[in-house]
Amino acid sequence: MREQGIGASVRRKEDQRFLLGKGRYTDDINVAGQTHAYFLRSPHAHAVIEGIDTSAAAAAPGVVAVLTGDDLAADGIGPLICGVTVTSDDGEPHRAPAHPALAQGKVNHVGDHVAIVIAETLTQAQDAAELVDVKYRPLPAVSSTGDAAGEGQQQIHDVAPNNVCFNWPFGDKAANDEAFASAHKISSIELTNNRMVTNPMEPRAALGEYNSGTEEITLHMTTQNPHVHRLVLAAFNQLAPEHKLRVVGPDVGGGFGAKIFVYAEELVVGWACRKINRPVKWTGDRSEAFMADAHGRDHVSRAEMALDENGGFLAMRVHTTANLGAYLSTFSTMVPSYLYAFLLAGQYATPLIYSEVKAVFTNTAPVDASRGAGRPEATYLLERLVDVCAADMGLDPAEIRRRNFIPKDAFPYQTPVVQCYDSGDYEAALDQAMELADYAGFAARAEEARSRGKLRGIGFSSYVEACGIAPSAAVGQLGGGVGLWESAQVRFNPTGNVQVFTGTHSHGQGHETTFAQLVCDQLGVPFENIEVIHGDTARTQFGMGTYGSRSLAVGGVAIAKACDKLIAKGRKIAAHAMEAAEGDIEFADGNYTVAGTDKSMNIAEVAFTAYVPHNYPEGVEPGFDENAFFDPMNFSFPAGTHICEVEVDPDTGEVEIADYTAVDDFGRLVNPMIVEGQVHGGIVHGIGQALLEGCRYDSDGQLVTASFMDYAMPRADNAPDFRIGYAPTDPPHNPLGVKGCGEAGAIGAPPAVINAIANAIGARHVEMPATPETVWRACQSAA
Amino acid sequence: MKIDLTVNGQTASGEVEARTLLVDFLREQLRLTGTHVGCDTSQCGACVVMVDGKSVKSCTMLAAMADGCDVTTIEGLANGAELHPMQQAFMDNHGLQCGFCTPGMVMSGLDIVNRHGKELDAATVRRELNGNICRCTGYQNIVKSIREGARAMGD
Repeated sequence: MREQGIGASVRRKEDQRFLLGKGRYTDDINVAGQTHAYFLRSPHAHAVIEGIDTSAAAAAPGVVAVLTGDDLAADGIGPLICGVTVTSDDGEPHRAPAHPALAQGKVNHVGDHVAIVIAETLTQAQDAAELVDVKYRPLPAVSSTGDAAGEGQQQIHDVAPNNVCFNWPFGDKAANDEAFASAHKISSIELTNNRMVTNPMEPRAALGEYNSGTEEITLHMTTQNPHVHRLVLAAFNQLAPEHKLRVVGPDVGGGFGAKIFVYAEELVVGWACRKINRPVKWTGDRSEAFMADAHGRDHVSRAEMALDENGGFLAMRVHTTANLGAYLSTFSTMVPSYLYAFLLAGQYATPLIYSEVKAVFTNTAPVDASRGAGRPEATYLLERLVDVCAADMGLDPAEIRRRNFIPKDAFPYQTPVVQCYDSGDYEAALDQAMELADYAGFAARAEEARSRGKLRGIGFSSYVEACGIAPSAAVGQLGGGVGLWESAQVRFNPTGNVQVFTGTHSHGQGHETTFAQLVCDQLGVPFENIEVIHGDTARTQFGMGTYGSRSLAVGGVAIAKACDKLIAKGRKIAAHAMEAAEGDIEFADGNYTVAGTDKSMNIAEVAFTAYVPHNYPEGVEPGFDENAFFDPMNFSFPAGTHICEVEVDPDTGEVEIADYTAVDDFGRLVNPMIVEGQVHGGIVHGIGQALLEGCRYDSDGQLVTASFMDYAMPRADNAPDFRIGYAPTDPPHNPLGVKGCGEAGAIGAPPAVINAIANAIGARHVEMPATPETVWRACQSAA
Repeated sequence: MKIDLTVNGQTASGEVEARTLLVDFLREQLRLTGTHVGCDTSQCGACVVMVDGKSVKSCTMLAAMADGCDVTTIEGLANGAELHPMQQAFMDNHGLQCGFCTPGMVMSGLDIVNRHGKELDAATVRRELNGNICRCTGYQNIVKSIREGARAMGD
């Protein structure tokens, strides 16, 4: 049985249906009487709407309804909200402009939602949308992150003077300045963290059904967190009371953050299905994903490090401008603040850190969490700065890291930026990575590459992230509007099989397998008899969903706690049945045994007894079904060192990832096969950011990269096979000993790649994405 | 207009508009929803099917053009619950995560075998997968799956 328990690379339960083409994604679902929706979107980055005439569209063949912001406002639906408050330096909360789900008088980015056209067929809806007459008066647009708050810029929202959402200083500036004043050396870097389009392969979609008898709305949709969607749609958007709203996330084709948020389309579909009293289906296309999914990253930063004569880090200061787009997406404000500045210590014992973050509005799509969310931005800035420090001090990049690492005997380690790291051994990961990557042999490989006209470089990236999001009390103190516990229910059926209901959501992570392994291990039930159920507010009691590498670290523990309760209850039932004292009952491998005897009862028999309680202990409730909530005491802190080797062709600027090593500390691995897959995917996501992906708006706010033709996603030939290792440490506060692994690659990879390119061509910095043109130009300057 | 074709070994027919894409015909009329739509520019490859033995992005082909053709989709590979060796190799090598690009990857894998044989080197597979995008796996396990699936397909 343990062959399929914790630590085994068990084949995934979910694969059979996906491989047979029997996955059931939102767009695969059709219901009787269904209509089709198409969203009319703004072609302008910034414009006043002087009028909308829907009469011709409404009269077009097959059209059921054409609805605008006025209809939405009349029904009191919306606006969309941002759930985390950041206090600006004037003591006021961040500036929060109205975010109507359908435009009311103004559009603020290309793709902004103007109207929904609902028809019998999708093509009828699309055809009719062309007949909606919208009178726009275009306004100048703001699209540059760095210039958005500058003098004389076009004002986007009245409530946000100079287009500033918040100015957020953090840390002891005076002490920091003092350390800088007495530093041996100051190293600095200025860089951009390029805007990414998250691009899960399944575009967003929603299918709304209204039951006029029960007055219940059922919304099938692409969600990473069905209960969070239900909560926000009910509590803040007035879609329906929470108990009259069912949100189902069926199979979901990837998320990476983009499907966390409460967007206009899903809300409008839910509202429209009740308004027209027919099911409404909307499936976004890829262009809509580019225009209207929340994007990621988009920072412009300057960072400085004060160094002592040995290359020791004395103090760091950071100035960042973060682009939040045209409106505040659901969790947008926390990404460049708490998820960013609180990670700026990285793996180093830098005693003083001061940061100032200015968050700005622009006429671009909203920016929110995307795989890593704030942590990739912090890691990239820090790890690039560390390499610049190494160059300035004439130190090997591995050596300067080693000198400044938080030592392994210093945990728990309180950083100067709120986070208290619970466990880690950064030097062990570095050593293992250097061994796996054959760092000692690098000089010879570089020499050999030179003989072929190639420049070979090596780059390090030592990251730490805060996962297992998150202790609710910490979230509350930081201005978050939710608790980030997780819930689980573990139900034995009378026939002995087990249903595990989790509030997390699997959209590629393999929870149906990993969580079944946990239960298999703990309850001793055959793996094939365990079914993990997720993604439906009508089936799962509660949940906060999947993001921030939290599913196993938080949701897995909730499952384990529910299993503990079952085991404890079963002990009473077994004791009674076997006529023994409860204290004499031992539980192991699925069997309750009377200590010192061969009398035993399998947990399945106990479960049956609980449902057929003919001979049953007094005072014990029938049934074998327990639930649990788990609220973590701290974040978890996965960490590791990644080493990338690149070969640059100086004549073309082309970069080849020649070798890549990742050694990570994720704590205990439940399914190493799945973990390794997460690492691979994360690394390629990060390589995509480093080499290929860059979302661009022109100066008029037009989205220049609006398809896979213009926005380069990483493909199979952009990376080699990876060398993967683990250097685990035990997180003392996590009962399962796990830390989370889904974002590590996307955090570790970008600085490793860019550090390698900078090393190869002898440049101080190369901006991402390091396209052939960028690298070629950098080669010319370096030469 | 009316079209008649063979899909997964069975005759199929339907009434389509001139502008109906093959993928929409498969998904909406035949309810073969294993073929997916991940983009609108024929870049992602989630919709790859076999038409007369050659891989085709079914979002680039009109349903009308498939009149009289023999189409195989992901639903047509397995023998009941028994996976095709290429499908089995994806399961054994963790060649899929969210499953959305997977049908296209499997079909492209079969096409690579058709054109390059059953002994495939990694570089060939990586190059030939240029028309398929996956955001989850980082490709390494897809490449491994296709190579192993190819070998398992035997003679």
